[in-house]
Amino acid sequence: MESLFADLIQILAATVRLSVPLVFTALAGLYAERSGIVDIGLEGKMLFSAFSAASVATVTGSPWLGLFAAILTGVLLSLLHGFASITQRGNQIISGVAINFIASGLTIQLGNAWFGQGGRTPQLPNSARFTEITLPFASEIASVPFLGPLYARLISGQNILVYLAFLAVPLTWWVLYRTRFGLRLRAVGENPGAVDTAGISVSWLRYRALICCGILAGFAGTYLSVAQSAGFIREMSAGKGYIALAALVFAKWKPLNVLLTCLLFGFLDAASIRLQGIILPGIGEVPVQLIQALPYILTVILLAGFIGKAIPPRASGVPYVKER
Amino acid sequence: MSAPLGTLPRWVNFGLLPLLNVLVAFAISGLVVLFIGESPVEAVQYMLSGALGSGEGIAFTLYYATNFIFTGLAVAVAFHGGLFNIGGEGQVYLGGLGVAMAALALDRYMPWYVTAVVATAAAFAFGALWALIPAWLQAKRGSHIVITTIMFNFIAAALMVYLLVNVIKQPGNMSPQTRLFEPGGQLPKLGWLMQWFGLDIGAAPFNVAFLIALVAAFVVWVLIWRTRFGYEIRTMGTNPTAAVYAGIPYVKTVVLTMIISGGLAGMMALNPVMGDMGKLQVEFPAGAGFVGIAVALMGRSHPVGIIIAAILFGVLYQGGAELSFWVPNITREMIILIQGLVILFAGALEHMFRPPLIALFAAKPKSRPASAGGAA
Repeated sequence: MESLFADLIQILAATVRLSVPLVFTALAGLYAERSGIVDIGLEGKMLFSAFSAASVATVTGSPWLGLFAAILTGVLLSLLHGFASITQRGNQIISGVAINFIASGLTIQLGNAWFGQGGRTPQLPNSARFTEITLPFASEIASVPFLGPLYARLISGQNILVYLAFLAVPLTWWVLYRTRFGLRLRAVGENPGAVDTAGISVSWLRYRALICCGILAGFAGTYLSVAQSAGFIREMSAGKGYIALAALVFAKWKPLNVLLTCLLFGFLDAASIRLQGIILPGIGEVPVQLIQALPYILTVILLAGFIGKAIPPRASGVPYVKER
Repeated sequence: MSAPLGTLPRWVNFGLLPLLNVLVAFAISGLVVLFIGESPVEAVQYMLSGALGSGEGIAFTLYYATNFIFTGLAVAVAFHGGLFNIGGEGQVYLGGLGVAMAALALDRYMPWYVTAVVATAAAFAFGALWALIPAWLQAKRGSHIVITTIMFNFIAAALMVYLLVNVIKQPGNMSPQTRLFEPGGQLPKLGWLMQWFGLDIGAAPFNVAFLIALVAAFVVWVLIWRTRFGYEIRTMGTNPTAAVYAGIPYVKTVVLTMIISGGLAGMMALNPVMGDMGKLQVEFPAGAGFVGIAVALMGRSHPVGIIIAAILFGVLYQGGAELSFWVPNITREMIILIQGLVILFAGALEHMFRPPLIALFAAKPKSRPASAGGAA
């Protein structure tokens, strides 16, 4: 019983760790898509940000400067996406695909040229990383049954970006539903014409939404390379940007749902690692690949409308043409 | 783009504009090369000599081009119908399953040309099947085809790993792959074709799949521009509302277009699986499904353009490998960056150079454009 509980805490801790990049990235996508810009370049933004964070942290020894560089990278890539899809009214999907390619190629190329390790960045020392923070009294109450381990090993002992991710969710909710900017942002994703008629610039609103998107993508990338691991590895985003996109659809473009969905997808990820080779009674060995593919399968089923309906913001993916 | 400000001559629209977009992409790649302290001119020389300097190099280039013709055609057919098939990678995976099943079943009893016919049909069928579900979901349930095809790429990858590890793995072999196909399950090399031009194929896996790709390109041209169904696809792509109003069945057209698109992507598997490796392994598509997007955009979704673009990307792939061998500071992933820039400029920013070109060419409609050299 005791070991089962310890196991559970371990899985939950892994769930939190694996959810964090998804939470940041899905929230990033939320700002973009709520404003009517589809962003499948999230994967590339996360990857490139991870690279920038690790590179700058390597050179300066400061994780905070790494985070700053990552945010800058995320924002710049977002502005590129904005230039293509807002100003030039290009195809948003194609622009996103291009960003993913550019990130994938340029990170390895630059990494190899700068650090000579085939695209990796050097191993970061702990001083250049965001490391675990022990919350007050963690060791004192660790021995209290049930709550003690839960506090000591799940809530305490995470790095600062984990706490920021969980704060970003209510913050995003507040921005989107309780501020004028948020109201307009949601409106522009549903009916840009109406926003335009009210004398508010559709382009500028969408650019700002994309800047928010870039900032959050920067956090996601920093988490990957400077908090979770100690350096950048080629292709280290490994499809998380697409999972985040799936999570966003699954969450029906709502901030609090985003958190729950990302936790669910993180849990599936954690479980698929734990379940490797374990034979469940009555079912037999569950193929790890099935659990890994489950977020994608669930998203397709949801998209098909078999478990509720996911209706995207109405104007998403459509460039806005001002009446002439 | 809304409100066309003027019409461009055909050669500007289909020749100069794409060329300009691609040139900008290459220029930026050159700047990156310069930025990391290498010479772009030297890089281009290594690339060209590696890709086109020997018979073996040319054969490798055409081998890669074969992949890209298939996936480029796949993306293009969907584009014509107004659909974005981003699931080429998954469809290639499944196509490979079809090829492997045909080859494993027949290679000991049939000559290669019989196996090839069955394998082609199986590759098409499996790729088409993998595109059918997203297509049906888009047509019937309104789920966005871009998202579903992305999801299906990941599902396909997981499925293939599962099958290769647990179901069709060769017993006694540690790595997840099938047994080696007998000669009856392998496509012959095109050494004789290279010899016509006095070239030696060397170790390159350039094979019969190239000819199948050319036939596929011709069939796609006939289908899109010479059949009634092709007309329906294009109408659907231009204006779905008008297409439905004109009596074109929406569901049927979407589903059939995606079946053809997925089937073409699936056929790509012939080239690496039956033409090169002679067995099914994980990760054999190697990103070719995505290259198809760049190829289709660059080739303006026309089979001739696609063949040209595919060969250009073949040069990039083969030349890139040579380049990274000679200049270690430049990695193979440089090609991925170039692809990204081509997709950006030829796709997302395709309208950027249009206004200046319109100003240049549409202003003086009848006179011979003497300033053509200055524009490029």
